[in-house]
Amino acid sequence: MANHTIAETISIPYLEERGLLSWLTSTDHKRISIMYLLSISTFFILAGISALLFRLELLTPGKTIVDPHTYNVLFTFHGAVMVFLFIVPGLAASFGNFLIPLMIGARDVAFPRLNLGSYYLYVIGAIIVLVSLSKPADTGWTFYTPYSIKSGTDVILLTLGIFVLGFSSILTGLNFIVTIHKLRAPGMTWHRLPLFIWASYATAILQLLATPVIGITLLLLVAERAFGIGFFDPAKGGDPVLFQHFFWFYSHPAVYIMIIPAMGVISEVIPVFARKPIFGYKAIAYSSLAIALISFLVWAHHMFVSGMSDMAATIFSFLTFLVAIPTAIKVFNWTATLYKGSIDLKSPMLYALSFIFLFTIGGLTGVFLGALAVDVHLHDTYFVVAHMHYVMIGGTVMGFLAALHFWYPKMTGKMFNEKVAKIAWAFVFIGFNVTFFPQFILGTQGMPRRYADYPPQFHSLNELSTIGSWILGIGMFVMAINLIRGLFNGEKAPQNPYNSLSLEWQVPSPPPHENFEEIPNVTDWTYGYGKKSA
Amino acid sequence: MNWVPEVASNLASKVDAVLWFITVVSLVFFIIISFVLVYFAIRYRRRQENEETPYITGSHVLETIWTIIPSFLLIVIFAYGFVVYKDMRTPPQDSLEITVTGKQWLWLFAYNTGKTTLNELYVPEGRPIKLVMKSDDVLHSFYVPAFRVKQDLVGGMYTDLWFTPTKAGTYELFCAEYCGTGHSAMLGKVIVMSPQEYEKWEKGEEEKAVSSLPPAELGKKLYTERGCNACHSIDGSTLVGPTWKGLYGHDVDLQDGTKVTVNENYIRESILEPQAQLVKGYTPTMPSFKGVLSDDEISGIIAYIKTLK
Repeated sequence: MANHTIAETISIPYLEERGLLSWLTSTDHKRISIMYLLSISTFFILAGISALLFRLELLTPGKTIVDPHTYNVLFTFHGAVMVFLFIVPGLAASFGNFLIPLMIGARDVAFPRLNLGSYYLYVIGAIIVLVSLSKPADTGWTFYTPYSIKSGTDVILLTLGIFVLGFSSILTGLNFIVTIHKLRAPGMTWHRLPLFIWASYATAILQLLATPVIGITLLLLVAERAFGIGFFDPAKGGDPVLFQHFFWFYSHPAVYIMIIPAMGVISEVIPVFARKPIFGYKAIAYSSLAIALISFLVWAHHMFVSGMSDMAATIFSFLTFLVAIPTAIKVFNWTATLYKGSIDLKSPMLYALSFIFLFTIGGLTGVFLGALAVDVHLHDTYFVVAHMHYVMIGGTVMGFLAALHFWYPKMTGKMFNEKVAKIAWAFVFIGFNVTFFPQFILGTQGMPRRYADYPPQFHSLNELSTIGSWILGIGMFVMAINLIRGLFNGEKAPQNPYNSLSLEWQVPSPPPHENFEEIPNVTDWTYGYGKKSA
Repeated sequence: MNWVPEVASNLASKVDAVLWFITVVSLVFFIIISFVLVYFAIRYRRRQENEETPYITGSHVLETIWTIIPSFLLIVIFAYGFVVYKDMRTPPQDSLEITVTGKQWLWLFAYNTGKTTLNELYVPEGRPIKLVMKSDDVLHSFYVPAFRVKQDLVGGMYTDLWFTPTKAGTYELFCAEYCGTGHSAMLGKVIVMSPQEYEKWEKGEEEKAVSSLPPAELGKKLYTERGCNACHSIDGSTLVGPTWKGLYGHDVDLQDGTKVTVNENYIRESILEPQAQLVKGYTPTMPSFKGVLSDDEISGIIAYIKTLK
């Protein structure tokens, strides 16, 4: 570094400098993005393996491979790690970090050192979570009291880990809000911003405002476990339902922290591969904000049968239906974008179209759960498990994989094997549906969730679901190998292989350390595809 | 394949009607979206690299239409769900009240005749039943799929639900709120009887038949009926509690470092006051069966354990 003048440093690709230390001390948003990406992918694999294990346990009624306690530990690990270490930081911390400065025409985020600090908080939180595995928690990722107070497992360490992870999330959100407000290139007005930026902005607001609540809640839980202060345990005069209110006051907005960035990705991928301007830009942009706002008002729809008043249940049911409206608008607008396009079914587009298809199922099944009478029957059954996986895998993970394949050439400077990517996609898509669609039926038939064992009438659908999990696992494995091989054997990526108009594609692949030699002057919106006179 | 469980309460068919209504509306939307998606992807697929596309940025008319139609349908669905929910939350005045207690990992039912049953709820057909429920420890949830009813049991407060059973028979009862290691074994049955049979049952004629069994057989019957099997195996495997196989007559290490020989008195004490002398390596989770099991029944269980060598 010392040998280069500043001008030379600017033009060096950000991946150029070697050595672990150069990564761990880098404040370059692109390097931090890659570190996040590797970290969250590692946890995605670990949590995925635990899911394969407990799905194997559910292959047959009775004991298949593990006892009930181990089963409970496995699903707790799966849920807690997927939520707090993969999907919440997920797209925001990895792709958000990489793309926000590039898309708005900035050299970095507003506070680069704080950004690296957020990553270290993530690492510290993750380490604490891993240490808790010496006596792994069996409470489920929801930590419902009073069980989480009475469980003999290491709940304190796990929740403290999540407490630390929360700060990483808050500070990342803060950083992104300031970056989007302050560092947009000249001419990059709010209504010219790529929709991924709008989505990241809405997400950042949620991270900043909602995350402190889970932090406080988990601290109260720790205080109760460690010092016996009665907040939530009725035996000590506490209220277990209060915990659920606190928990979902964060965790429902958190659902949107997880899904809105993926919606942003879809809004970027579809116009490029359909060669069409996004249909209804403003509706999609503002619906992200609308979803973020309404998401603060619907938390208790997780609690219709938990013992709160019937009046509260009714109000929350009504508000829940409101959130469906901006979500529906997005789905219709994405679909309409395809009209008269020139649709190129490359792997990122396949994942994006899968998102629309699967997320539609996830969203529509949410309508069942929002309706009071039906929720009483379906709540805490496999229907809920299927619904949330259609939203989280069918939605967020499909968005994540679309992003991974779409920006891979930009991030790595290499191309992956497109044919293998398509085969992997087919396995993932089929495997996902075979795993989770039967669970809608299981739930409607009355199979409760979080069951280590089940009565024989649920056998065949569980068997099918487990077989699906293997297909899904194979798909993910092939996809990962393909992307890793691309790093070593892939062809060199051109600057703009997919002919996108967005700013990040107007710099070399991989981008130079300072992104732009000269800060661009923006004169048009990002979606000017197609012939204007036509 | 049955999409929904058997219909066995007055509420079940009402809930199913809402369920099917939402299913039809959802299917219509789903089919339209998937059809359009697939049709566009095929019809407009890229045939050559430099194809030109029209510059269409939106349509206020279309966007207004697809905002208003779903909004209207969602309000209808909300209202329909609410109307049926209101029924589900309003028990008739003349309901038969039964008290339900949930604890890790069993169900206890107390009837106004003073009778109690474990893991089996007995109700007469055709009469509204109101369950007043509480939990002795963590959260539980009373769920009978065939009745389409579910309600959490919460410590420190009473919750309730009601239903009118419409068909004699035996129905599965699940705990639907995660409650720890024995969650998936916290199962019960709801036995719906004709009013005449129920009257006979209330007078307790059936209980006599049970206690006329030889002790070891009575114990074997209680082992599954009273839910001992949720935590104690009879094949030597370790569940939540110690296995019963080879238990009798052996020494066990206790939590406080002392040893005790498992005899009649120790088993009796462990059933009535489980935490008094806890076996090393196990958590103090077993509930007391004081007032739940009679002396004859305890003797039956002891006799049964003796047979498991």
